[in-house]
Amino acid sequence: MKQLMSGNEGIARGAYEAGVTVAAAYPGTPSTEVVSNLADYAGVYSEWSPNEKVALEVAMGASFGGARSLAAMKHVGVNVAADPLFTFAYTGVNGGCVVVSADDPGMHSSQNEQDNRGYGIFAKLPVVEPSDSQEAKDFTRLAFDISERFDCPVMLRVTTRLCHSQSLVELGDVPERPLMEYKKNSQKYVMLPVNARPRHVAVEKRMAELREYAEQTPLNRIEWGDRRLGIITTGIVYQYLKEVMSEVSILKLGLTNPLPEQMIRDFSAQVERLVVLEELEPVIETQIKAWGIAVEGKDLFSNIGEYSPELIEARLLEKTLPAAPVLQRDIPPRPPLLCPGCPHRGVFNTLRTMRVAVIGDIGCYTLGALPPLDAMDTMVDMGASIGNALGIQKARGEEFARRSVAVIGDSTFIHSGITGLIDIVYNQGQTTVIILDNDTTAMTGHQEHPATGRTIKGEPTRRLDLEALCRAIGIQHIQVVDPLQLDLLKQTIKTELERPEPSVIIARRPCALLVKEPVRVRYYVDEEICNGCRLCIRLGCTGIHWKEEDKVAQFNPDNCISCGLCPQVCKFDAIKTVEE
Amino acid sequence: MTQATRNILIVGVGGQGTLMTSRILARVAVNMGYDVKATEVHGMAQRGGSVISEVRYGEKIYSPVIKKGDVDVLLAFEKLEAARWIPYLKPGGKVIINDVRVDPLPVMTGKAKYPDDIAQHIAELVPDTTIVDATDMAAECGSAKAANVVLVGMLAGALGIPGDEVEKAVAEMVPAKALETNIKAYRRGVELCK
Repeated sequence: MKQLMSGNEGIARGAYEAGVTVAAAYPGTPSTEVVSNLADYAGVYSEWSPNEKVALEVAMGASFGGARSLAAMKHVGVNVAADPLFTFAYTGVNGGCVVVSADDPGMHSSQNEQDNRGYGIFAKLPVVEPSDSQEAKDFTRLAFDISERFDCPVMLRVTTRLCHSQSLVELGDVPERPLMEYKKNSQKYVMLPVNARPRHVAVEKRMAELREYAEQTPLNRIEWGDRRLGIITTGIVYQYLKEVMSEVSILKLGLTNPLPEQMIRDFSAQVERLVVLEELEPVIETQIKAWGIAVEGKDLFSNIGEYSPELIEARLLEKTLPAAPVLQRDIPPRPPLLCPGCPHRGVFNTLRTMRVAVIGDIGCYTLGALPPLDAMDTMVDMGASIGNALGIQKARGEEFARRSVAVIGDSTFIHSGITGLIDIVYNQGQTTVIILDNDTTAMTGHQEHPATGRTIKGEPTRRLDLEALCRAIGIQHIQVVDPLQLDLLKQTIKTELERPEPSVIIARRPCALLVKEPVRVRYYVDEEICNGCRLCIRLGCTGIHWKEEDKVAQFNPDNCISCGLCPQVCKFDAIKTVEE
Repeated sequence: MTQATRNILIVGVGGQGTLMTSRILARVAVNMGYDVKATEVHGMAQRGGSVISEVRYGEKIYSPVIKKGDVDVLLAFEKLEAARWIPYLKPGGKVIINDVRVDPLPVMTGKAKYPDDIAQHIAELVPDTTIVDATDMAAECGSAKAANVVLVGMLAGALGIPGDEVEKAVAEMVPAKALETNIKAYRRGVELCK
């Protein structure tokens, strides 16, 4: 019986069937569910690593140790793991190793839309791209065979739409797979220049062999149809194409690095018009053009954003959509926002009212950048807040340092904020760093991390002590505050900003979605007192809204969890407790 | 088995249970022997933003994403979200609107106005529109908590899915003591969209 599985579930199942026994990841949309699913399979050691670099190094170590292993990350996570990745291509593997890169065309949940197929060319790795959940499973399994046959890690490149779409999967068997023998082989695994030079030669030889393999692999196939139009495509876009133009000739590539040059030459010779259909960058198209073959691609389709069936229809068939009913009403947007009771809200509201520059970071709390909180100046990458804050303060001087903070989540701090903090101490910055400690990795769906004291399976482990860590780094001033106690929070921030030394404020309260405390009090707005100043409305909470008719605030009892934040921002004591 | 492909778009606000509904529908379609694909948006959208999930079933499905203008049934858990996705509806397609208003942030802060008559406006533009207060109806059946099951019933009615298939799925999901209320709510939903 076939099962409905997401692409990520398919990858996890494929890895399980391939005999993976070690899997590591740092959570990141859209890749998170690969390793969280693998953790549910018996006999697979899975972990949340502190970051993607460590995750890949764990998977690499497992491979050296003779196990089949997997590391999964979102596209930007590969940037973090790029250092080990490039040299892993030189050492090659012992047990097979697959690195999952989950790209995000359309930036559903990311800061950029880089095309990680570029890493395949750059790092000289085979790149495999499935187009549905069945292929996600089958190709993952096959990728381990490729990894061992060609002695190299394999990149499995997927996209958001593949990761989070469900389709039917026929499960396979799970054969017994003993560990490979472990033998010390320093010429292969110690990448001193003297050893790395011959390994580079081995890499080039391997790429030549992979180019031959690309011509025969079942990953690449031709579906002949009408030969007036031939389309070379890969990944989820293949499905969009089949949906709207099933009659054309299609060269479907499952192995997109290296490309099967002869197969593409033969295909192009037999069709009148050749088009490459690939989301994001013209990775395939550019190589085909370099071979002197006439091909269309990015002249028809943009390298920006996610594709769709209607886009393909519009560009290749010049079809227009049927006229849709036209609404005569303005439809206000519905942006995401911090949850009612979110412990981050009070911090951002305080920072906004203090008019300090907020050098931000990545997590749920990045939503503090949106109106009405509107309390973030910069946000670039995981851990960037701390280094950015030091840099901006070095550029603009001490006065600016007293008016700016770095804000970073607990999981993000562990991911890559720690080294920035060391820099601040070492180079005598005076930055105030606020760690928003909600005891989880909230944005990606509440994964554990080293400071929660629980493993990926929820089992207890030694908890990373953030205060002790900061102290060990050399931070002399560490304050722990409850972000729902606004006066104390504001006073603490003020004190630490004025201090000509670095300090860390840990704003500690668990994510409101994890700790469901019974609602003990109910609030209401005394409309006699409320003067419509909107200070509570500026908290951007769905628990309280603006009542235009009466020009006052009003509670939404369905949403309000009585966290007690808005009574603290009201300057007129208009928010009162309902007496039982 | 011959069945033209059916495209169902389920929309709402994060936390309303749209995902659960699309998963029930997908599972029912699998049990009925169809090829099924479904897709949903994760991540940022979960934090109180617009949430959409798409379910497609039929003999052979390629794209998990529904082509714009190809939606057979649009099920909206919230009326403003119904309006947002009307352009995806097929000419002659059906709209089911839960008569619930959830103000988006710009409305809550007074920066934008909620179009009060939006459900009626959609009904003027799309002949096959059914508006229901699922919470009220579920309460009539015994529990307001069964509101989503009323909507599942309406969807099943609109798609002509045999009742026992969905009832099996509902039975798997709700506690035994709530089963009777939920089956009642489900059947009321089906009746509305037969």
